Amino acid sequence: MTSESASTPGIDGDYEALISTTDVELLKRAWRNEKAAPEILHFESALIQRIRGQIQLMEETVEEFSGSGIDPLSVSLYQMDLDRTQYLLRSYLRIRLQKIEKYTFHISNNSEVQSRLSGQEKGFARRCNEDLERHLEESVLSKLPDNYRDILKQSLISEENDMVPEPHLDTFVVCKSRRFLGPFQLDGSDELLEMKPDDLCIIHYKSIRERVQEGEIDLV
Amino acid sequence: MAGQSDPHQSLFSAEEVEFIAEDETVEIIPNLRMDALNFICGDFGPFFPQIATQVPLWLAVALKKRGKCTIRPPQWMSVEKLTQVLEAERDSQRMFEQLPFHYVEISRLLFDHARDDIPDVYMARSLIEDIRDVRFHKVETNLETLTERAFALKINNLSAMEVNIVRPFVGRALQAFYKHDSLELIPDQERVSDRRPQVANNATRRHLRR
Repeated sequence: MTSESASTPGIDGDYEALISTTDVELLKRAWRNEKAAPEILHFESALIQRIRGQIQLMEETVEEFSGSGIDPLSVSLYQMDLDRTQYLLRSYLRIRLQKIEKYTFHISNNSEVQSRLSGQEKGFARRCNEDLERHLEESVLSKLPDNYRDILKQSLISEENDMVPEPHLDTFVVCKSRRFLGPFQLDGSDELLEMKPDDLCIIHYKSIRERVQEGEIDLV
Repeated sequence: MAGQSDPHQSLFSAEEVEFIAEDETVEIIPNLRMDALNFICGDFGPFFPQIATQVPLWLAVALKKRGKCTIRPPQWMSVEKLTQVLEAERDSQRMFEQLPFHYVEISRLLFDHARDDIPDVYMARSLIEDIRDVRFHKVETNLETLTERAFALKINNLSAMEVNIVRPFVGRALQAFYKHDSLELIPDQERVSDRRPQVANNATRRHLRR
């Protein structure tokens, strides 16, 4: 049963899942990246779908086991494994929701960021946006002079949307490279950096954001 | 240590770091017969009495708590090896001796749940504490050398717990250097208004230094 669910990644053509790494390992990596990155990353839809399937299967198995008189020790161990995976999944989804709440106006104005969200997350972002807008409108903005009523601007003379909290890409993150990375340029400097596999580094997030997305570097 | 003054800034809680470490494998010697376990996180077993097998730490601890196995402490946790590591740590100023990334959490879990499986448990425990202290002292001293803008700082050989403790402090320090040194002086989006006087200030300071 578990071997069957483990073979599904192959069909998706996920090369990495195919060679040895378990989905839990991939989820843990996605969870750590999401936790450490200042901005919201691409939703790992294929992975999350597989994990959900495996969790469901395992829930059924545990139920079956506990009804059929299989030794209670193994049942409780299966339950522990299930709990650990569910914890990871919940935590992953929650961090994303927190980021969506925090940057809701930024997300609603930026289609590139929106494309990183899952369908359900998009719905959540939209509702969040509407609620917050209505709340601010009713409690504050409607009582201000006309010039200051815009929800995205400090006042009408502002050229840009200067009241929108955005993620800080200038933060420094701790990361580990997964493979040898030839000298690459760091954002905004002439310095070149080389990374060997497993090198641990504190680094300017902007300089490596694409590499995190491509899976060459993990955040820890 | 400055990093400890604001623990809420750290991304991972101590429990989360421990959670991650619980996936490291250890060797156990079961005393029961049990079929293989086909977990979501991988397949383990089958288990036979007196036959050693590799399992993740959380599984080892769960079995140990129920009296179903003994845990074989990893090589690096022997008093002999720890004594060597401690000496090497004391001798060198900069480089850190190689211990597993999660040595603090692993040893802590084993001391808490498998004391009777560790030879010279008191000695081993106090050696690990000493190693921790020596290493941390070095981390602090090395941090004092951090005085200018850097885009990347290699911290190889730092352990997971050490990374977690220094992360908030070093992250903020580098960010501050970055901001103050940056030519375009990117305004802080979240606090635009109260930033202005400060920005002017930094600009003059930068001028003086060049």
